[in-house]
Amino acid sequence: MANSITKVPFHGTPEQEKALLEVIERLKAERGCLMPILQEAQEIYGYLPEEVQRIIAKGLNIPFEEVYGVATFYSQFTLNPKGKHRISVCLGTACYVKGSGLVYERIQKELGIKGGECTPDMQFSLDACRCVGACGLAPVIMIDEEVYGRMTPDQVPGILAKYKED
Amino acid sequence: MYRAHVLICGGTGCTSSGSQKIQDTLAAELKANGLEEEVAIVRTGCFGLCENGPVMIVYPEGSFYSRVTPEDVKEIVSEHLLKGRIVQRLLYKDSVDAESNTIKSLDNTPFYKKQKRVALRNCGIINPEIIDEYIAYDGYQALGKVLTEMTPDDVINTLKASGLRGRGGAGFPTGVKWSFAAVQPGPEKYVCCNADEGDPGAFMDRSVLEGDPHVVIEAMIIAGYAIGAHQGYIYVRAEYPIAVKRLKIAIGQAKEYGLLGKDILGSGFDFDLDIRLGAGAFVCGEETALMTSIEGKRGEPRPRPPFPAIKGLFGKPTILNNVETYANIPQIILKGPEWFASMGTEKSKGTKVFALGGKVKNTGLVEIPMGTTLREIVEEIGGGIPNGKKFKAAQTGGPSGGCIPAEHFDIPIDYDNLISIGSMMGSGGLIVMDEDNCMVDIAKFFLEFTVDESCGKCTPCRIGTKRMYEILDKITKGQGTLEDLDKLEELAKYIKANSLCGLGQTAPNPVLSTLRYFRDEYIAHVVDKRCPAGVCKNLLSFTIDPDKCKGCTACARKCPVSAISGTVKQPHVIDQSKCIKCGTCIDTCKFGAISKK
Repeated sequence: MANSITKVPFHGTPEQEKALLEVIERLKAERGCLMPILQEAQEIYGYLPEEVQRIIAKGLNIPFEEVYGVATFYSQFTLNPKGKHRISVCLGTACYVKGSGLVYERIQKELGIKGGECTPDMQFSLDACRCVGACGLAPVIMIDEEVYGRMTPDQVPGILAKYKED
Repeated sequence: MYRAHVLICGGTGCTSSGSQKIQDTLAAELKANGLEEEVAIVRTGCFGLCENGPVMIVYPEGSFYSRVTPEDVKEIVSEHLLKGRIVQRLLYKDSVDAESNTIKSLDNTPFYKKQKRVALRNCGIINPEIIDEYIAYDGYQALGKVLTEMTPDDVINTLKASGLRGRGGAGFPTGVKWSFAAVQPGPEKYVCCNADEGDPGAFMDRSVLEGDPHVVIEAMIIAGYAIGAHQGYIYVRAEYPIAVKRLKIAIGQAKEYGLLGKDILGSGFDFDLDIRLGAGAFVCGEETALMTSIEGKRGEPRPRPPFPAIKGLFGKPTILNNVETYANIPQIILKGPEWFASMGTEKSKGTKVFALGGKVKNTGLVEIPMGTTLREIVEEIGGGIPNGKKFKAAQTGGPSGGCIPAEHFDIPIDYDNLISIGSMMGSGGLIVMDEDNCMVDIAKFFLEFTVDESCGKCTPCRIGTKRMYEILDKITKGQGTLEDLDKLEELAKYIKANSLCGLGQTAPNPVLSTLRYFRDEYIAHVVDKRCPAGVCKNLLSFTIDPDKCKGCTACARKCPVSAISGTVKQPHVIDQSKCIKCGTCIDTCKFGAISKK
């Protein structure tokens, strides 16, 4: 899920590209350099979108598929950026029977993204999680460190608006 | 010269419990009292007693302070370091002799008494970021001896004679492995170190890397000399940032001292070392997968033979050993194979480090001679089970191992004994379980882990483990049948026999061993639809005792699914068809009227 292709437009800066090309230049003579390069690329960009993978493929003169294959194999690498605000929706049993699935759907609709993705403006990323241990407040969502309990789908736009402002 | 040394644990456990803050506070307090020229602070690796962290030892007295808070530090400085009065209330209880009220040597406390530290000998003693401290404790002497007095054959024969076996889990004799690679034609060969410790609940290798990184570097150079390799790689998890940082510092210092690079110690032997970071794939702990990953590819295993000693990294002869295995080697060279072989059992020599966890009082890192019994580890070193509960089983070997029941409590722990009772040594996780743990649930937990981590290359592992998980899931939900148990066993045998690598070949072990020793628990789930340990939620039922219920309505208001009904001041009832077993009602009831069974 986390490695589905991102909807976020690529906003790489010339400085980032320059830094990446330097990394490639520094490491490319070493054998097995693809992983160290991907690791440093993820530090530069925060994630590994297709555009970055293509720069690496070109720099190392290897097929894009090879880069993509490695980037999707390891859980450390993410093809999706994380948003400024991270939303988790509890899909544990108690929350689910109280309708957290509907809340989850509504958030996806409001933000126009699926679980595991990030909004194009990088404000929000969305994930489902297991029980957060607040069954008495079900259904529960978390935005960053803040817990919102007894959620209804209709409350979603109001809560999201609070975060959009800043 | 300092008149006192304060050793503060900088291992992962104590760092999580706040030892960096303790160190900063101490430094500030020392300065405020003008003691910075008199008292030295040493940040060490893991002491082992993580349960009581953050821990601190003040020498020369050897006062072992545990669970220290920043507020306590002020008192330690003003009382102990300034006035020489030991702060009794902060001392680790087991280190005080009750009769004479004096401090015992740590070696005489129940936690340390039965331990024998070989791989961990410098952890908690030296500052891992200073090479001179390692050298002061005989560091790099073994390398000097190897390069000036021994031939590569001598080194290999010494290891063979010591009986050292791989500490990563499989237990292959290290000297034999090296001899396979040594006879291969050169010049391109490799020495690798597996520091991709991935078992849930295991942190032995991490502690060695964080507490004594030079010992691994020294042993790898020796390995290079023995097999004729000039390049080494340490494959370490990116999730171990402290270990990575200290390794980098250590490699830099070793290069500066001429212990890595060209013409080491004037012997004409060249050896270089690089770090490769893992990226979160459990399967990369398997040797062929690890090498594929160092090559920068997807970390998938490949069939053996050819074994890596013949055809390994970049298709060249390679040896791969685990961190703990390397940590033993310099001592074996210095003290001789006879010394090492004098410890342990007939076929398993030396010591083994275990990460002791779960339902035991002293959780932490312990190193014991092979052949120590499970009872000694759990009851004496571990201090027994907390809260007066009964020992049920110990899990060793992580997702590849099995559960050892109470009937084998007195079995001496070594490679072969563990395999004979359906578990394995593994890398050294040892999780203690009491009567509140459900064995079906534990088996399911490990299977879920393997399903997640299976790389997907071979069918038995990719699909087989998933099917086993689904059957276990069914059983924990009360939908299992007796045929399912047979099906589980059949699948388990098939997966073991046909999987490509160690991950799949051992994945069914948690299920097989629990079926072997705790079949009655499986039967209770399947036939009686009951979870004896009270863990599997779908099999529990929550009931209200009408005699105790006061009708306060608190539970009914808290119930997330409105399954509780009743009138005020009258006993309430739970509608079992609506109840989702979340337990909120039990937590809410002030009268203890609600029970689960």
